[in-house]
Amino acid sequence: MRNSNQPNNSIAISLVRPKSIFWHNLGKNWYKFSRNPLSMIGLVIVLVIIISAIFAPWITPYPEHAGPFVDFESAGQPPSLQHLCGTDNIGRDIFSRIIFAFRGALIMAVVVLALAVPLGVLLGLIAGQLQNTWIDIVIMRITDVFLGIPSLILALAIAVVLKPTLMNAMIAISVTWWAWYTRLVYGMASSIRNEYFVIAADLIGASKFHILFREILPNCLSPVFTKIALDVGWVILIGAALGFLGLGAQPPTPALGQMVSDGANNITFWWMTVFPALAIVLAIMSFNLMGDGLRDMLEIRME
Amino acid sequence: MKLSSFLLKRLLHSIFVIFGLSIMIFIIARVVPGDPARLALGPRAPEEVVQRLRQEMYLDKPLPEQYFYWIKGVLSGDFGRSLFTKRAVSEDIKESFSATMELVIFAGILMVIFAVLLGILAARYKDAWVDNLIRTLSYFGVAIPAFVAAIIFMLLFGCYWPILPVLGRLSPGISLPTKITGLLTLDSLIEGNFVAFWDAFKHLILPSVALSLGPLFQEARIARSSMVENMRKDFLFAERGYGISERVIMFKYLLKPSLIPMVSVMGLDLSALFSAAFLVEMIFNWPGISRYGTNVMLHKDLNGISAVTIVLGAVFVVVNVIVDIIVAFLDPRIRLGTNQGI
Repeated sequence: MRNSNQPNNSIAISLVRPKSIFWHNLGKNWYKFSRNPLSMIGLVIVLVIIISAIFAPWITPYPEHAGPFVDFESAGQPPSLQHLCGTDNIGRDIFSRIIFAFRGALIMAVVVLALAVPLGVLLGLIAGQLQNTWIDIVIMRITDVFLGIPSLILALAIAVVLKPTLMNAMIAISVTWWAWYTRLVYGMASSIRNEYFVIAADLIGASKFHILFREILPNCLSPVFTKIALDVGWVILIGAALGFLGLGAQPPTPALGQMVSDGANNITFWWMTVFPALAIVLAIMSFNLMGDGLRDMLEIRME
Repeated sequence: MKLSSFLLKRLLHSIFVIFGLSIMIFIIARVVPGDPARLALGPRAPEEVVQRLRQEMYLDKPLPEQYFYWIKGVLSGDFGRSLFTKRAVSEDIKESFSATMELVIFAGILMVIFAVLLGILAARYKDAWVDNLIRTLSYFGVAIPAFVAAIIFMLLFGCYWPILPVLGRLSPGISLPTKITGLLTLDSLIEGNFVAFWDAFKHLILPSVALSLGPLFQEARIARSSMVENMRKDFLFAERGYGISERVIMFKYLLKPSLIPMVSVMGLDLSALFSAAFLVEMIFNWPGISRYGTNVMLHKDLNGISAVTIVLGAVFVVVNVIVDIIVAFLDPRIRLGTNQGI
């Protein structure tokens, strides 16, 4: 779980904090990343998804179909040039709804990670710095408990106890998510704190705050960013699973999981199921490919 | 660190995790909802009935005392009454647990066999078309959530190409084998009832394939990359130098150390099977604990929710301990206690 670019057992002792390897050689990193065709495919799909989600009202052929819209005359049409992915059982264009659903899925991923990552990273840093004190023990044992149960089950349990809204679904997922970052950062922080540049900073009287946030944190960031890139896909997956059960965004707001479940109830219109399902797979796959590319680029071993 | 002390430490740790889980679930099911009795009975129940349930659930006592009564019940196998099925939750769980076990065990077997097979193939023909095909497939496969696969199977086999049954564990009209292990396939085999075995087996295929698809490809990827990494190790050159045949090297010397990282991820993957089963069982109408779990969750049955989460959490922890033990036995560095890093 460490960066190979950093001095490990090398004889040369560096008393200066290494520059964050991500920003340091941006050009070289980009070259490495772009050499892998799979990572590039992932990046392109991710960009297409993000851009189409942002500009959904302008690029979708039927933006009004994302809201409360009913047109029984054109219900259940198979895919055609007018409706790329067909229409659903009440006549809404599925392609437009998928693009709008990407919006919800991405917002969910951003909010969940924005809640979970800072919390997890902060707790991991603190526990790693105060190793073998009661604070470390308390934080890491709580982390173990949260990692002791599959996220989907915990997120479901929390989401059903709260009211079924998008915000509550996001809170439920965040509650299950921070612990992974705590464990990741804890592992890194507890090895980095023994590096000479940290000890040197400590010796010249730098404050705990400075050591934590200026010396240790920047050196934990590359794996954290890589994990974020990978996790966007997994948050979309859990969000879709919750949506499939009717938790999360409520109709008529389109959500990927909920569209799949609608399709399952109208099994004669196969396009109602297949295209939202493909959209979920595509989203998860592209973020995975991009995250893998980042990981290879930064030469990080996550597991 | 010696193996015995490693195991002891692992065991104590898992007991602690289960204890922590129980507190967390208690908070989710008893504290977060505000008034569980009111939630259980619905807004229209008369106040005195709610009051009686409150007393029955010890909700009038302070929180630590409530937890004490609750955990006492849980430890003696009493999870209270399910408001969804109107029966004791422990009965419901006992009945449905074996169905889930059958599904997860079968999916786990599928996962291991195919992951090792694909991993070996990809590593053996590294960078040839076989490898590229398997790698492309696995990028796609990892990204397919189990419930999406289940829905697609449902659509394909339930509607357009009905060659495999898509609902339940057994076709109507086929007699249930006597309950020995609770696993229908095993029970019917023990009885010698091959008709029931074949039927139960056919019912198992689609749900377990849907479940194992994602973890399978993930494991295959790990198997491939660890084999490729080990192929560069010096001990392989030495063995080649001794003139040991490629086949023996492949299976005897390369496979075993390469399986270790796979097995250690398997703990996570097995628990992923349990959690993915939540939606898959519902889709295939598989009468297991996860379908029960989804039902109690959607009906806000708090006793059911806390029971299902704590049982699955405990299973998860136990599975991970077992996997750790297997890794310890596979890896001589841990078994012989020469690795100080553990």
